Amino acid sequence: MHELAITEEILRIAVTHAERVGAKRIMDINVVIGDLSSVVDDSVQFYFDFLSPDTLAAGGTLHFRRITARLRCRQCGLEFEPQSMEWHCPRCQALGGEVIAGQEFYVESIEVE
Amino acid sequence: MAKVKVVEQITKANDQIALQNRQLLDATHTLAVNLMASPGAGKTSLVMRTIEALRGRLRVGAIEGDTASQVDADKVATTGVPVVQINTGGGCHLDANMVRPALHELPLAEIDLLLIENVGNLICPAGLALGERINVVISSIPEGDDKPYKYPGIFTVVDAVVINKTDLLPYLQFDLLTFRRLIEGLNSRARFFQISCKTGEGIAEWAQWLADKFEAAVGDGVNHT
Repeated sequence: MHELAITEEILRIAVTHAERVGAKRIMDINVVIGDLSSVVDDSVQFYFDFLSPDTLAAGGTLHFRRITARLRCRQCGLEFEPQSMEWHCPRCQALGGEVIAGQEFYVESIEVE
Repeated sequence: MAKVKVVEQITKANDQIALQNRQLLDATHTLAVNLMASPGAGKTSLVMRTIEALRGRLRVGAIEGDTASQVDADKVATTGVPVVQINTGGGCHLDANMVRPALHELPLAEIDLLLIENVGNLICPAGLALGERINVVISSIPEGDDKPYKYPGIFTVVDAVVINKTDLLPYLQFDLLTFRRLIEGLNSRARFFQISCKTGEGIAEWAQWLADKFEAAVGDGVNHT
C-alpha cells in the first residue's frame, strides 16, 4: 500500500521537474533512500513499471542510492554504523547515538532529454 | 541527455497538507498528538485512560485510525468525548489527507487536546506528519525489548516513548534498563513513561505531561474547566 503512494509521488516530482525544464522524456530518476526509512526498492520499481507508461517517464529507469544508518555517540562523539543488535559505541561502549544518516528519502536528480 | 538537479522530499505533498492541518488546529488552540504503536500495544486503552485522567482539566477529542471497523471509535465514544473513525481500507498508516476531513467533522473549537490514534504499525506512520505537534510511540512489555533495534526509525522521531503493560514485568523477560538506555542514546529529547493501562500506574504523570504541553503550546494559561 505504502509503496504505491510513494511511487506516485516520485513520479509526480520527476514529471514536474521535467516539465519545468521543457524536457520531452525522462530517462533516469535517481532516488536516495536511507536504510532507516523502511522503503522496499523492488516494490517501488514494480509500481513504477505499472504507473509510468503514460507519462514523460515511460521507459525510464529508477535508480536507488541506499544510505547506511550511522550514529554519533553522545558520550565520545565517535561516528559508527550500528550492526544488527550491536548498537554500542565501539570506542566507549555507550548505547545508541544521534542518527546522522539513514533517514534520507528524496528524489536527488533526473536525467532528461 | 541532461541532468536536472531535484532534491525534493518524497513526503513533500503530505507535509504541505499536514501544515494546513496544523494551522487549522493552531487557530482553534487545539494540540494534536499522534499516537503510534504496533497492533495491541494499548493505543485505545491509553486514549481511554488519558480522557479519564484529564476530565475536568482539558477537553479531549479523538481520531481513531484503523484499516477497518468502527470498534475503537465506539469504545472511545462511551467516554462522551467527540470522536471520528478513519478507516484506511487496508492502508498501513494515516496520512495528512485522511486526517483533514476528520478535522472538519470534529468541533475543534471545543477541543483542547486531540488524540490521533494511528494505524497499528511501527514503520509507515513514522515518516508521515498529520498536523500534530507531538509524536508518541507506545511500546509494550509483551512485544519484547528489541523493538528499537528492529524499528529504529520511529523511536528517533518521537517526543515521548510510552512503555505500557508494566504490570506484566514480573512474568516476562524484558530488560527495561537496556531498552531505556538505547532510546536515550537514539533520541535524547524523548520523554520516557512507564505505564500500565490495567493498573493505572504512571497515567497521572503522562497526563500531566500532556497538560503541560498544552499549556506551553496553545493554552496561554487559559483554564477550560
